[in-house]
Amino acid sequence: MLITLGVMFARLRSGRDILRSLVVTQIARSGVALLPMASFLALALGLVVIGQTVSLMSRVGATDLLGTVMVTAVVRELGPMLAALLVLLRAGTANVIELGTIRATGEVEALEAMGIDPLHYLVVPRVVGMALGVFALTIYLLLGALISGFLWAFLQDVPLTPGMYLEQLAGALQAMDFVLLALKTFLFGIVIAIVTCYHGLAQPLRLEEVAAATVRALTQCVVFWVILDAVFIVIYLVA
Amino acid sequence: MSDNVPAPAPQPVIELIGAEVVSRLAPDTVTLTGVTWQVLPGEFWVIGGLGGSGKTDLLCTLAGLARPARGILRLFGDEVTPGYDYDRLRDRLRVALVFGEQGRLLRHLTARQNIALPLEYHRPQDPGNTARIESLLEFTETRPWADELPSSLSPAWARRVGLARALALKPPVLLLDNPLAGLDPRHAAWWLDRLDELWRGHPVLDGQAATIVVAATDFRPWRRAGRRLAVIQNTHLVPLPGAGAALEDPAAEALAALLSWTHRST
Repeated sequence: MLITLGVMFARLRSGRDILRSLVVTQIARSGVALLPMASFLALALGLVVIGQTVSLMSRVGATDLLGTVMVTAVVRELGPMLAALLVLLRAGTANVIELGTIRATGEVEALEAMGIDPLHYLVVPRVVGMALGVFALTIYLLLGALISGFLWAFLQDVPLTPGMYLEQLAGALQAMDFVLLALKTFLFGIVIAIVTCYHGLAQPLRLEEVAAATVRALTQCVVFWVILDAVFIVIYLVA
Repeated sequence: MSDNVPAPAPQPVIELIGAEVVSRLAPDTVTLTGVTWQVLPGEFWVIGGLGGSGKTDLLCTLAGLARPARGILRLFGDEVTPGYDYDRLRDRLRVALVFGEQGRLLRHLTARQNIALPLEYHRPQDPGNTARIESLLEFTETRPWADELPSSLSPAWARRVGLARALALKPPVLLLDNPLAGLDPRHAAWWLDRLDELWRGHPVLDGQAATIVVAATDFRPWRRAGRRLAVIQNTHLVPLPGAGAALEDPAAEALAALLSWTHRST
């Protein structure tokens, strides 16, 4: 990560136009292209978590805790994790396969021969694009889940007005949640990009090794997320 | 008075002194040892060797993609040191490597975008970039395939696009890895003629004579006068005396070894 950051800042002026278009491409792959799937997941998340929780809590008369449950379960944990998982499965796997093939077919040497740092051309746009992609997708997913959750609750005749629902959410959310949500999603995206790029590029791969490298990358991403998530849980508890 | 002062010896553009060249696939493996050799401006070298003898490794080293395990490599008089990648980028851009096979084009870019890449990366917003790309498409006769992805190009045409990409920044030194491998006679003749033109000075390089180093498995197509020959034999690079005519000198042991394979295959 430090090397990537070093390259990013050391070469800020090189190939800006090219890098900008590559970042946009990565945002499209890690964000825009995933919107239909994110919409479906948001709907499912609303049904499974929010709709059922609202229904259950209204039955036991604990609807005043609704906001806290939403923020803790959906905003802090499930939303970022699901968005990151989506990006990992769709864009992260493509990353390893694409970069592994680029490495195996000698295109990295071709870039070096042109005086283009492969880290700058191949890794930096993915890091920036995936960080922004996971962040944006998480926001989209959260909004979708919260709206669909209310709709599911409404369909179950739970006595909850939109005003009460928003009030509870606003009451449960703290300024720290916004900061940590942004930080967490950016870090999730960066982890996906760095780990998948590492497995695609770090060692000379033969084409037949690309599939195994992809599996390794996916496993490591999940492990890193869990560790990262544990760190954030501690921060939430302390803050 | 000044007529009596000898002209200063030209500075080598590439110089190897006691270098050990390593394999680019297995960096712990030394493929060439004790390489002491220099390339002067305007020279046309053809390096012969059998497959796997280390020709591509040597070219990659000369292009600055790999450092020799031992010894000294100088490009344009500057020694290539561990800090080379960042500090000597300018030298690297003056030595262009044309890869063999399919030219190692970036598969997600069209032929035109491949040629444009070094220009847009190193000279963004240069108003001459578009005209430069067009002139390179013209020179390599690849305009009909300009908007095709490399997967749609035959290896012969992809290799020409690779040449165009290498010429984009007008490098004074061109390294070519087995440019004639697998080409039909028409394409092979095209390469021999175009390289001759570049060597003598072509408008695509602003008329400046290019210094050329070619790696080849077969010397026979490169018999034209004025070219210097070297053979890789038993992990050593053996420059042959004289230019061109050395091909006719079977006494050269290293050359004879390579030619014995050549003759067996004909």
